[in-house]
Amino acid sequence: MGRSMLDLWVGIFVVAGVAALVILAFKVGNMSSLGSGETYEINANFDNIGGLKPRASIKSAGVVVGRVKSISFNNERFMAKVTMDIDAGYKFPKDTTASILTSGLLGEQYVGLDGGGDDQILKGGDTLRLTQSAVVLEKLISQFLFDKAAEGAPAK
Amino acid sequence: MAHRSLPTIRSIGASAIDNVMRLGYATRFIGLTIAHSGTSFARPGLIIRELYFTGVLSLIIILVSGLFVGMVLGLQGYQTLTTYGSESALGVLVALSLVRELGPVVAALLFASRAGSAMTAEIGLMKATEQLSAMEMMAVDPIARVVAPRFWAGVISMPLLAAMFSAMGIFGGYIVGVVLIGVDEGSFWSQMQSAVDVREDVVNGVIKSFVFGVAITWISLFEGYDAPPTAEGVSGATTRTVVTSSLAVLGLDFILTSFMFRGI
Amino acid sequence: MVTLPISFRIRTLFQAATDVVASEFFIEIKDVNFAYGRRPILTGINMTIPRGMVVAIMGISGSGKTTLLRLIGGVLKPTSGEIWIDGECTSALDQAGIYRLRRRMGMLFQFGALFTDLSVFDNVAFQMREHTELPESMIRDLVMMKLHAVGLRGAHKLMPAELSGGMARRVALARAIALDPLIMMYDEPFTGLDPISLGVIANLVRQLNDTLGTTSLVVTHDVQEALNVVDYVYYLADGKMKAHGTPETMRADKDPLVHQFVYGEAEGPVAYQYPGKDYGEELKLGKRCEASPPGGRREASPAGGRHGA
Repeated sequence: MGRSMLDLWVGIFVVAGVAALVILAFKVGNMSSLGSGETYEINANFDNIGGLKPRASIKSAGVVVGRVKSISFNNERFMAKVTMDIDAGYKFPKDTTASILTSGLLGEQYVGLDGGGDDQILKGGDTLRLTQSAVVLEKLISQFLFDKAAEGAPAK
Repeated sequence: MAHRSLPTIRSIGASAIDNVMRLGYATRFIGLTIAHSGTSFARPGLIIRELYFTGVLSLIIILVSGLFVGMVLGLQGYQTLTTYGSESALGVLVALSLVRELGPVVAALLFASRAGSAMTAEIGLMKATEQLSAMEMMAVDPIARVVAPRFWAGVISMPLLAAMFSAMGIFGGYIVGVVLIGVDEGSFWSQMQSAVDVREDVVNGVIKSFVFGVAITWISLFEGYDAPPTAEGVSGATTRTVVTSSLAVLGLDFILTSFMFRGI
Repeated sequence: MVTLPISFRIRTLFQAATDVVASEFFIEIKDVNFAYGRRPILTGINMTIPRGMVVAIMGISGSGKTTLLRLIGGVLKPTSGEIWIDGECTSALDQAGIYRLRRRMGMLFQFGALFTDLSVFDNVAFQMREHTELPESMIRDLVMMKLHAVGLRGAHKLMPAELSGGMARRVALARAIALDPLIMMYDEPFTGLDPISLGVIANLVRQLNDTLGTTSLVVTHDVQEALNVVDYVYYLADGKMKAHGTPETMRADKDPLVHQFVYGEAEGPVAYQYPGKDYGEELKLGKRCEASPPGGRREASPAGGRHGA
């Protein structure tokens, strides 16, 4: 194995390896969590966040517009405070509603933003006023049973 | 009066102490290797030469195995996903399994058996034929000249090989899933793209393969360097390399996975 | 007799460059003891070797000869005592100092210990490439010179696996003298060679010593070949220096130990039988039989015969 042949093969090897890494990074995976851009922070308080986790996506009209940065418990108001990073390219009015939704029937939870009609735009550090908590299965079931019971009683 | 089982207990204790001492020696050995790496970086030709023997010569087995593993994943994955009507998620299944786990782990196991055992045998034989002593007598530090270049070559090769394994595997899954079985090509790639996250999955996979590379190369080089200079000694060392490396890879995989993938 | 080219008869560049100002260059071993754990290998060794001499260190297998070589080469440190090489005490040297010392030493290992992944040329060029900044063209010339001195210039493209035992050892010799060392150490250079190669190596040891002005230490148990070549002999037994003198003195020595060794006698102070049980007991014949003479068989019962009387 001549010296130059050896170098050639090693070069091919390294190039192929790096190419594989690049393919995995760009074609196979998505770069969204690498934060390719500026973001601004928005807060929202919820009665119940359900199964929402940090780094969950924030979508509006089904398109990802940001990521949940952190979740903390507000001990005075007994509500959950969710801090979100929204992409700087998207602007939302001050009366935007944040709801916690589930993707699919049993999928992971995300925050959905519905824009309102206010003229004023949210700035970094603002808190959303309108929120809708996650749907908790037990409450749904007990509500259903209660409705069923209420239906049955007056009919007698 | 000594109990009948005392000799057994004594030998277990003795071998336990021996193993701890050996681990200490191994740690000192790797410390020396890294400390004496100056020559390797000043003369990259040394590392390049070893890259050929550890990396390039492992290419065939890695690429072919990757292809087959991916193809099997495609087949098996399809079987299972059809029962839930989720064939379009085949791309996700194949890509995540490979990038997170199978790529780094299987590539590491193959690397240990092919390149690791070769390194052990080579260094063990150099020791047995007094080549290392000859080098010492010529005032050339064998650790700097022989061991360190192999260490860095192994550490560099491992992540590259694991990435190539994963890439070939995804291609294999594509061939079986889309081309042969007929899963929709668009949803194969698009669902995969949205589910595989670069930081979470790809980077973690690379970190894993890097850690495996260090572990395997360390074990291979140490076993070779410490082998008794006889035929049985070298053959025993080669076997130990493969066994210890494989166990280390699987153990480290569990530890790393539990750190990286909790709460997802 | 092999005559070396003129180039060797002149003190070469390297030697002139590394020549130390010290007037008398010699090896001195003072009261050296070496033990491996609790097992003593060498006890009370005293040697003085003047510059330019070929000295043989002889003894039966296991007498500590190779250990002595390793001590001189700095691979091992003596448990007590001092080794002085060219006015420097080796025990006082740190790792860098030992490497510096070794660059002036050459060692020929028992089976050559050539680097199997390098060609003959690259093996001989190894030290030049590692320790000097010489250009490749100069290295090529020097390698060819060294190989020519050992008679293997035409073999420079071969790989070590393609060489016979004698050839491999000659290449290893060329490699060892690559930087014109001031001390040459030979570990069993005559072992396992055919008579022609034996003669060649013995000649080379003498010639190289005289033309390069080195001091040579030959560890061997090949008595006849060694006594023809060396200037002085040290005889080791059980890790102690039992006798020393010129080859003539050794041949004439009346001491039974030395005599047995020099003339290769089967019986003498060094017993034939490895220590063990009484022979008769071993064959389950009771103590009727004495330990048998070498190879001899008494009219005892056939093996596996009756137990005890």
